[in-house]
Amino acid sequence: MDIVLKIWRQKDQDSTGKLETYTLEEVNPDMSFLEMLDTLNHNLVKQGERAIEFDHDCREGICGQCGMMIDGIAHGPLKHTTTCQLHMRSFCDGQTIQIEPFRAEAFPVIRDLKVDRSAFDRIIASGGYVSVDTGQAPEANSIPIAHHDAEAAFDAAVCIGCGACVASCKNASASLFTAAKISQMTRLPQGREEAGTRVTRMVRQMESEDFGHCTNTEACEVECPQAISVLHIARMNYEYNRAGIFFNKA
Amino acid sequence: MSRILEVRIPDGPLPEKWSNYKAKARLVSPNNRKKLDVIVVGTGLAGASAAASLAEMGYNVKSFCFQDSPRRAHSVAAQGGVNASKNYRNDGDNVFRFFYDTIKGGDFRSREANVYRLAECSASLIDQAVAQGVPFAREYGGYLRNRSFGGVQVSRTFYARGQTGQQLLLGAYQALMRQVSAKKVTLYARHEMLDLVVIDGRARGIIARNLDTGQTERHAAHAVVLATGGFGKIYYLSTLAMGCNASAIWRAHKKGAFMANPSWTQIHPTCLPQSGAYQSKLTLMSESLRNDGRIWVPLQHDDTRAPGAIPEEERDYYLERKYPSFGNLAPRDIASRAAKEQIDAGKGVGPLKNAVYLDFSKAIGEYGKSTITERYGNLFTMYKKITGIDAYREPMKISPAAHFSMGGLWVDYDLMTSVPGLFAIGEANFSDHGANRLGANSLLQACVDGYFVLPYTLQNYLADEIRTPRFDPDSTPFIEVERAVKAQLQQFTDCRGSKTADEFHRELGRELYDKCGLLRSGEGLRNAIRNIRELREAFRHDLLVPGHTDEVNSELEKAGRVADYMEIAELMCIDALHREESCGAHFREEYQTAEGEARRDDERFCYSAAWQWTGNPSEPVLHKEPLVFETITPTVRSYK
Repeated sequence: MDIVLKIWRQKDQDSTGKLETYTLEEVNPDMSFLEMLDTLNHNLVKQGERAIEFDHDCREGICGQCGMMIDGIAHGPLKHTTTCQLHMRSFCDGQTIQIEPFRAEAFPVIRDLKVDRSAFDRIIASGGYVSVDTGQAPEANSIPIAHHDAEAAFDAAVCIGCGACVASCKNASASLFTAAKISQMTRLPQGREEAGTRVTRMVRQMESEDFGHCTNTEACEVECPQAISVLHIARMNYEYNRAGIFFNKA
Repeated sequence: MSRILEVRIPDGPLPEKWSNYKAKARLVSPNNRKKLDVIVVGTGLAGASAAASLAEMGYNVKSFCFQDSPRRAHSVAAQGGVNASKNYRNDGDNVFRFFYDTIKGGDFRSREANVYRLAECSASLIDQAVAQGVPFAREYGGYLRNRSFGGVQVSRTFYARGQTGQQLLLGAYQALMRQVSAKKVTLYARHEMLDLVVIDGRARGIIARNLDTGQTERHAAHAVVLATGGFGKIYYLSTLAMGCNASAIWRAHKKGAFMANPSWTQIHPTCLPQSGAYQSKLTLMSESLRNDGRIWVPLQHDDTRAPGAIPEEERDYYLERKYPSFGNLAPRDIASRAAKEQIDAGKGVGPLKNAVYLDFSKAIGEYGKSTITERYGNLFTMYKKITGIDAYREPMKISPAAHFSMGGLWVDYDLMTSVPGLFAIGEANFSDHGANRLGANSLLQACVDGYFVLPYTLQNYLADEIRTPRFDPDSTPFIEVERAVKAQLQQFTDCRGSKTADEFHRELGRELYDKCGLLRSGEGLRNAIRNIRELREAFRHDLLVPGHTDEVNSELEKAGRVADYMEIAELMCIDALHREESCGAHFREEYQTAEGEARRDDERFCYSAAWQWTGNPSEPVLHKEPLVFETITPTVRSYK
């Protein structure tokens, strides 16, 4: 199949970017989307031109490093799928595909399709952990966890930190990302003692970054590669208010 | 034993060695620890756990990764599980049995004392991970659940759906970020280590390139820890992430750290087969699938019928047939070779006839679809996304692919390389897996090295460093190394040849798969060495890297990695050629039994080969570390 690509090119954070048009012929439908970009880059480099910079690493849908807006949708048209797991069979011969970086003030563009998502790391650093040092752990089976609780915690813990939730949200809110971690920890007995501090600090950190607020449009859940439920946001809000009442000093 | 390779195994019977070590290891008092700086390169399970643990103790840690966040390191992609001899299943597991399984799985080519320590520390890791909130699979009563894995007859594998690596890594990442928040760790994401700085024979810092700005940076410390993973990506098509590379360990090698058994690469049996020339990687499907999946090929050659149309009696469940006591759970090297045998014999399936079937119909019939979904749901989903095929209805097609480096930097019992002050942990070192790694031992080794071994052994080293003042990164030794790094980067962009780094890499990968992969022969290896030298020469003159060194430039990043692969590839072939025996993943066609099994030669090759850089990639010097088995007796490894 032959395709036309309109791709965002931007030299660095301070430069103005624009969409450039490229054509690519004989695309194999079994190629992954990133392999299609590899092929385009190969052609560009062979002509001595700069390759299109994009983030990617594991190409198995688990590291969370890849991600771009494909025809305006984070990670493209296939539901609950990262960009690296998207294949060209999801597109048609002759189609024009528009590719842009994840757009959010909190994710400044580094170059082309690469963005800086370190705000996510700062949110985790503010409290997304159980405060246990190496060596302090009790025997593993001394903390029994009901099967359904472990599974529910898991449903939140699967977040890959790609940022599609932020990119999909009209407010560029990081609520789903933050809530997933808070909700995972809330379902587990470990770290229960610091639950109030955790939720308070993480929410404050989230708000201090350039993310917007959640207005419950639920777009994040629709685009999340791991299909993480917006109900975790409700849980985060509940925990936050609870912390405000019971752990005021946090 | 060569005086150059001081292994420093503690005294005492095997089960007491690690306790004896810890009893005698030197300590650094808490008020002195804040005067000491440690660089940790890599933020996978080994790097993140080491950086977090050292920071918790009070050391100042600088943590580096080339990814945009430490959470993305490739440990994240490990699927199946992590082993620990908890014996929760009451099925006869214990530390000795785990130790023995690992030594035997590695075909008696690993160091007894290190492997025993790995088994001994395994239980603590599960405690640590659970305390961090890692959501391992649970029984309905709330206790931890186990499953079995290749090469063993007990169930000692703990797992978190098919995402165990992700969950363990997030635990370690969170511990690391907690220390970043406490200002004990300074994080350098999107930084790639490009050289090691050695002053007066000791590792004192690194040169790193900020991948966002292209600027090189000089970083000094009292010790350097490399946790940069394996280099299976040298085969181009592999299960590794695109960014995985050998540059940190290879550049350390060129500064004096020996490389041990570099040719021992695990070719994983259960990956998705190659489908076209554009392909960038081969996706791994967890070995855990072999717990419930049955591997088969059609009995007839070139059978083009759909798998469902092939009746039971016309299928060859070759692993169950050849290895009845382990069946589909035969270790990886054996399963991969058996698959290649079937494919080479013309019984391969799929459009390129390069795969075998992995069939779940029996398990789905026995346990129901919902149980299989709970165990492997994400793997079935991933399979469908990539291939478009529903594996609940039709068997998966799988094929072997390069996966794990058993070889790596040579380390002593303290995990210190032959450069004092330079440590290597996790997959970057060579020590625990011998010639073949058992499934679910890789996450374990990375974690045990980082959480439980390095904090003791590095402190033992640092005890001598409390009077060493901080090194000045603006001093001459740092500036000189940085100048050489910059010169090499400039050379890549100035070359203006006609072939991209990827083109060279693909060619090198094909050569290695062909001649230094699942099967090796003297003739093939000699041939490969000649071809690699030619390719390396072409790379020097004909490389094309557009753009500049002082900006984001992914082509430049690739060029540096491929330049190193060009040299390692030759060392791998030299290593494979010199070892005139078959052991584990290293299978020399000349050295096999009448039944086609590996023929080990303990008389001549019961040692680890540690190679020293001489300045010429074609003339490395070999040092032998004899493997002394005091507790067990090497036997012929049989899974029949």
